[in-house]
Amino acid sequence: MLLPILPIVIPMFAAAAAMLAWRSVAWQRGVAVAGMGGLLASALALLFTVDREGFVLVQVGSWPAPFGITLVADRFSAIMVTLAAVMGFLVCLFSLHEANRRDVHRGFFALLLVLLSGVSGAFLTGDLFNLYVWFEVLLISSFVLLSLGGGRLQLEGAMKYVALNLVGSMLFLTGTGVLYGVAHTLNMADLHGAMQEVQRQNPTLALALAAVFATAFSLKAAVFPLFFWLPASYHVPSSGVCAVFAAMLTKVGVYALVRTFTVVFPEAAAGPVMTAVLIAAAVTMVSGVLGAVTQYEMKRILAWHSVSQVGYIVAGVGLLASPNEDVRTLGLAATIVFLVHHGTIKPALFLVAGLINRREGTTELKPIGGLAGAAPWLAALFLLSALSLAGLPPSSGFWAKFAVLKALVVAQEWWVLAAALAAGLLTLMSMMKIWNEAFWKNRPEKAEDYAASEARPIPKSFAAPLVVLVILVTLIGLWPQPLLGYADRAAEQLLDPDAYVEAVGVPRDTFTTGATMEAPLAKEGVE
Amino acid sequence: MFVVLAIVTGALFTCGFYLLMQRSLTKLILGLLLLSHAANLAVFLSAGLTRSPAPLVELGESAPPADAADPLPQALVLTAIVIGFAVVSFAAVLVRRMGEALSSDDLDLMRRSDT
Repeated sequence: MLLPILPIVIPMFAAAAAMLAWRSVAWQRGVAVAGMGGLLASALALLFTVDREGFVLVQVGSWPAPFGITLVADRFSAIMVTLAAVMGFLVCLFSLHEANRRDVHRGFFALLLVLLSGVSGAFLTGDLFNLYVWFEVLLISSFVLLSLGGGRLQLEGAMKYVALNLVGSMLFLTGTGVLYGVAHTLNMADLHGAMQEVQRQNPTLALALAAVFATAFSLKAAVFPLFFWLPASYHVPSSGVCAVFAAMLTKVGVYALVRTFTVVFPEAAAGPVMTAVLIAAAVTMVSGVLGAVTQYEMKRILAWHSVSQVGYIVAGVGLLASPNEDVRTLGLAATIVFLVHHGTIKPALFLVAGLINRREGTTELKPIGGLAGAAPWLAALFLLSALSLAGLPPSSGFWAKFAVLKALVVAQEWWVLAAALAAGLLTLMSMMKIWNEAFWKNRPEKAEDYAASEARPIPKSFAAPLVVLVILVTLIGLWPQPLLGYADRAAEQLLDPDAYVEAVGVPRDTFTTGATMEAPLAKEGVE
Repeated sequence: MFVVLAIVTGALFTCGFYLLMQRSLTKLILGLLLLSHAANLAVFLSAGLTRSPAPLVELGESAPPADAADPLPQALVLTAIVIGFAVVSFAAVLVRRMGEALSSDDLDLMRRSDT
């Protein structure tokens, strides 16, 4: 079964092909669409196969686990890869119009494809060091995509993003090194057994490792107090890039958090760390929306809301601290539903910002207005997405928020629940602000820093990907049962790490032979 | 020796984070460089320091010698060094461009992309 390799390899080869066609803009565009289409097809095939069979895996190079690298697709991985593929495909179509010739010549499409390849790799790998490598693949391509514009704003945003994410990567790498030192394996399924052994011998060490990994992944996921790279960088690239960043970057951090804390770390070590994550999640929700209050630029508002939404997503993960099995299942299912909701709705809003920018030449809210009358279809698309982000029924946001709130009620985490409700209200206010400023108020008579004096029409093919996306999101809202049911099945699968270990096929006794924690120090005597 | 290198790793982390918190762009890059070295050293030390034989299977045997050195951390650290080098050199170019755009080395002037 080669299915789990395809979502990694197809965009990687397409990126290589796009680089070969460096001189021709038309060829690069064609290759990019074909590559994203191939990614989408392979991701959908993977999704349906995994839902039927539970696990699909490849032992790369036919090395048996835990000696080789294993690519494992379970239900959670499969839905994340599918989300990445759908967004990659739609953003690629959007960028056919938005990315100008200069950016394409600088390798825009090749970078986008490498980014998607890295994201798929991170979602599918079953090896901790390999996860680090995929993180770096997607980070490096996102660095370049972010600074591609080359203006001072882009450079500033990229600088902050690069510096903070590198610190996160270094923490992750250090944690991986120490983990290998104590557990003598990096295969996640193998680590499951090995870490339980470590927990028995030295619980403090296991707790410290869990804390290092939680910090590293929280930084990648933009959880309070480590989120400052996000609002500084998300608004600077073109809207298409914003959309794919909003869909993927923080999600990879959340994915890694969920994966390591369900499979690798034993409950005793994960519990205290997850309690801290739950508290951080509540603060993240509130600080994100408060950050958005003072902003009057659409993309900056959306970037701050991304922070807030990460709080909701991570709250579900934080419920892993609960001793109650039902709460943990509800929490993880809520996380998965919210990941899909936010991974579709936030890109939709960024694409709306892209269309406004195309029409008005700016995404500042003060100098624009009257779009509800001038472009009613754009107003409708915005309204559907914004109400979904705020969580009004019947939209995907309602079901996602309902799932999170229900899990919090069952867990009796009243303070986090209060934070979630308050943040929800402020989100609605923020969306109303964009609606009032951009769509409802009259267009200002004269604005000094008005970028475009005449509104430019938006070509239909430019808006088409957004229309498809909004229809998709609305359908999820009207008919949520497939997603909710899938999320439940995925959460149950995640909470049964023994099934994961068995599927990967790690021999049960590998972690007890020759893997003692004293090994490094004992061997030093030889020297 | 193991203890000495552990202390060196700690010192590298300390200096790296200290430099990151300075206002100078150049120190930022140096800080990132030190952090990446610290992480690499931590990975390298994970198998311990040994004078064991190389993990090669002798002719006629089916497994390497029982006391062979663990080759994996060296493979890992090689990968990590290459990645770290690429990323830090990208950051260096970014800092240079940033310095040109700002005509200064002061991070406090980089306020435009903040709130």
